[in-house]
Amino acid sequence: MKHLIAGLLIAGCGLAGAAQAESHMSNEDLMKAVKARQATMQLYAFNLGTLGAMAKGDIEYDVDAAQAAAGNIVKLSSQNQMAYWPAGSAQGQVEGTRALPAMWDNMSDAAAKGGALVEAAMAAEAATDLAGLQAAMAGLGGACGACHKAYRAPN
Amino acid sequence: MTRFTRGLALLILLALAGFGVFWVVTAPDRLPGDTFAGLTGDAARGEQVFWAGGCASCHSAPGAEGEARLVLAGGRAFDTDFGTFHAPNISPSAAGLAGWSVADLGNAMMRGVSPEGAHYYPAFPYASYVKATPQDVADLHAFLATLPASDTANLPHEVGFPFSVRRLLGGWKFLFFRNDWVLAEAEDPTLARGRYLAEALGHCAECHTPRNALGGLDRARWLAGAPSPDGKGTIPNITPAKLDWTDRDIAAYLKTGFTPDFDSAGGEMAEVVQNMSHLPDEDIAAIVAYLKAVPAVE
Repeated sequence: MKHLIAGLLIAGCGLAGAAQAESHMSNEDLMKAVKARQATMQLYAFNLGTLGAMAKGDIEYDVDAAQAAAGNIVKLSSQNQMAYWPAGSAQGQVEGTRALPAMWDNMSDAAAKGGALVEAAMAAEAATDLAGLQAAMAGLGGACGACHKAYRAPN
Repeated sequence: MTRFTRGLALLILLALAGFGVFWVVTAPDRLPGDTFAGLTGDAARGEQVFWAGGCASCHSAPGAEGEARLVLAGGRAFDTDFGTFHAPNISPSAAGLAGWSVADLGNAMMRGVSPEGAHYYPAFPYASYVKATPQDVADLHAFLATLPASDTANLPHEVGFPFSVRRLLGGWKFLFFRNDWVLAEAEDPTLARGRYLAEALGHCAECHTPRNALGGLDRARWLAGAPSPDGKGTIPNITPAKLDWTDRDIAAYLKTGFTPDFDSAGGEMAEVVQNMSHLPDEDIAAIVAYLKAVPAVE
């Protein structure tokens, strides 16, 4: 529980802070921030790959490997991401990002959605059998999709 | 009679005949009166119809999440080439569908005709729902009555002339409104179920199939992808020519929104996944079977 509250606070405060951050950053520094958040997304995807392959039955369920991967997502989503999302790094402001400007107008909502991902990842980490993992995948998918639906531009 | 008056009379006659044809062709056409005779709606089954039909994606309030997706207050705006359409309130209130009979709902969904006898714009996917079974409409009617009421007033659509003349939609229906299956052969029960879910309730083609200049679906390029109606982005080709995912990958995507490389669905498709995640695994498998069976279109 302590871990959950800490995670939610960090995710929440981290992103809420980003909205207020002043943008005196160079384009190069903004691009570094975009890369940092995309690297985090890649690490989510790598660990989700392990969980998803088990949930789909592509590889055999292994409780230790599943909990390790889910635990990584808990840690990744609990990062203080304030510096990953500086003002001025939305689509149309820098190259190579699909993050919508609306995210910076609704940073407390984005932070709440980040908190929901921490919770969903903790539920996946707590799963000890295949059925539990499969149920948790829906929660993880919902948490990822909630933010992508609201704040990511279509391809 | 002079040649002039004879000519004039002929012209008037032709104009009247033309108008008569126009009037007949564009007349709202309701379902036969006995379509729902003897049917009783089951709200629990209707909930499955509701999720399969994707009603919440358009009719919940803008930005609604979780339980709020069951409050069908309307208000979402859809920008298209023909104007901006505003989804109406379909909650069980005076501002919504209170007092609608099963036949009213059936005529709306399966004929695109309002209780007052006006044509609906095909932004409401009746061109797909026309293939729904009367029993599913009756079940949906029972389920909708159990949902929370909202007093949100409807916004008028912002559609310019000539599309503002609703009577013309009768002509659109004459040209494009068909109730035959696109995948003609589906003898396997799973495939038939998938065809029903995808072509009728799920109305996949409404976004994934390109349209002609008048907004009719191009059946020769069924599910072959299309520009997004709001001009932002492209809706992908989901025929076997492009969608080469395994059955398991497609099923997992529809249930969780995760692609095989664990990106996740965004935009409109994230809404679809939210709906699909309520369906039983057998229905998801049926949709997968359908997507594997439709003709590959490059």
